[in-house]
Amino acid sequence: MAGIIQIDNLSKQYGGGTRALSDVSMDIEEGEIIALLGPNGAGKTTLISIICGLVVPTGGTVRVGGHDIRTDWRAARRMIGLVPQEIALEPFETVMNCVRFTRGLYGEGRDDAYIEQVLRSLALWDKRDAMTKELSGGMKRRVLIAKALAHRPKVLFLDEPTAGVDVALRREMWQVVEGMRKDGVTIILTTHYLEEAEEMADRIGVINHGRLLLVKPKDELMGEFGRKTLTIELDTALDAIPSALAGRGLELAQDGRHLRYDYDTRADRTGIARLLGDLAAQGITVRDVSTKQSSLEEVFISLVDDGDKNSAAEDAA
Amino acid sequence: MMTAINWPGVWAIFHHEMMRFFRTIMQSLLSPVVSTTLYFVVFGAAIGGRIQSVEGVPYGAFIVPGLMMLTILQQSVSNASFGIYFPKFSGTIFEYLVSPVGWIEVTMGFVGAAAAKSMMIALVILLTSFFFVGVHILHPFWMLAFLFLTALGFSLLGFIIGLWAKSFEQLQLVPMMVITPLVFLGGAFYSASMLPPFWEGVAKLNPVLYLISGFRWSFFGLADVPVGVSLVAVAIMVGVCLAIIRWIFATGWRLRE
Repeated sequence: MAGIIQIDNLSKQYGGGTRALSDVSMDIEEGEIIALLGPNGAGKTTLISIICGLVVPTGGTVRVGGHDIRTDWRAARRMIGLVPQEIALEPFETVMNCVRFTRGLYGEGRDDAYIEQVLRSLALWDKRDAMTKELSGGMKRRVLIAKALAHRPKVLFLDEPTAGVDVALRREMWQVVEGMRKDGVTIILTTHYLEEAEEMADRIGVINHGRLLLVKPKDELMGEFGRKTLTIELDTALDAIPSALAGRGLELAQDGRHLRYDYDTRADRTGIARLLGDLAAQGITVRDVSTKQSSLEEVFISLVDDGDKNSAAEDAA
Repeated sequence: MMTAINWPGVWAIFHHEMMRFFRTIMQSLLSPVVSTTLYFVVFGAAIGGRIQSVEGVPYGAFIVPGLMMLTILQQSVSNASFGIYFPKFSGTIFEYLVSPVGWIEVTMGFVGAAAAKSMMIALVILLTSFFFVGVHILHPFWMLAFLFLTALGFSLLGFIIGLWAKSFEQLQLVPMMVITPLVFLGGAFYSASMLPPFWEGVAKLNPVLYLISGFRWSFFGLADVPVGVSLVAVAIMVGVCLAIIRWIFATGWRLRE
């Protein structure tokens, strides 16, 4: 089945020659949350801006719900809601009127009952008659979300939704996004916070230098690129790794009581059972074991570094 | 494929703009009424007493169409230019660019509201003038038609200025440096026929002269230029402005930069 968003060979080159996107292709499935990760200037916002109609692409096509964003732009845009990175609100307008206005722009008739539902879900109902200039930064961001939801979009773009908000509010935002997912809204978010992508996304796309390096289910990505570390706590401190255990990639901590063992989760045999058996055979008593998976941040850095090396190699060639 | 005009979108923009006008109704109406009263006192009573009449019309009544035109031109340009410039300034312009409204809906919403506001103010000035001079309107339909077309033409011009402007200074530059001089030199307070032949010829290069002349004709049946020419002048202005606006939205100049 075709995705709700189909992106084919999308490219954008600005007038000065800067190439912001190069042949990006991907399908986004209905109801999923996809996080786009990438360093500053990677092309994430350009990609979102093209799909939403803010930037005109120089090549390729995008279809939203089967509607081409250029030839059938009205129908495509009706399906989309955008929460921009910058907080931009009419300062002297009330929250209620702001949301009503956006609903009107999308060709929808007045529906205060629905707007009440949206404002309540975002904890803004008590502020409905307040002018937006009187609100805190976090509330303004929620007003932007309320506006983006005013016309019941099928697809919601969140461009750095929690940039500059405190930890408590960030968690609150994640709950809001989770609520929208339950309502069946497809969500595409860009973020610098890898924790955010790890927490919310079903799939993760990594963009760098305008190229989409990969798009994979989060769990698959973590499994594929994530290495695990086994830490073995010993009963008695060792002076050195016994010669019988040499060549296994073991590392002894300075205190002599902890052994670290890196293993690949994709391998047929991780070697853990054998290692524990050999330790026992050497008369080394194990007190405790723990494992730690590398975070998405480490995965991301390794991907982007590899991408940079490849780009440099291509440039050199 | 949906290509029909998004009327709720037009109404949302129009209503939003009109609400801003009504929020500041006192300053919106009071300021033009006070300045018009001053014009009547200075030009009508103090100077008009010495001029007596122009082509058979008492001077106080003669300047009423000119004063209305002065107001409608200034108000149309400033309302429409501010209306579209403010979202650019505050960053909310993105909403218009990502929603299913095209250049035609955005123009109808902003320009329609700016023209409606300036017509309301012009009609209040007309009512004010009744307190000072006896004004009889010979062709009320044409008076309203000229009022509407002029408000439309200059609101479109103001809309272009708002799209073009990158600062509040630029926003005020054109009304101050171009519109006001054109109105004063366009026969707001005199008939072009009162000028020496050479200057009468120069005055006829001023497009605003045609608007004021047509408008004055609807009041008194007097015109510096044929009424048909005035109508054609307004129609050309509306057409050229619409073409420019369409081009701006198609290319994204000063909008998507």
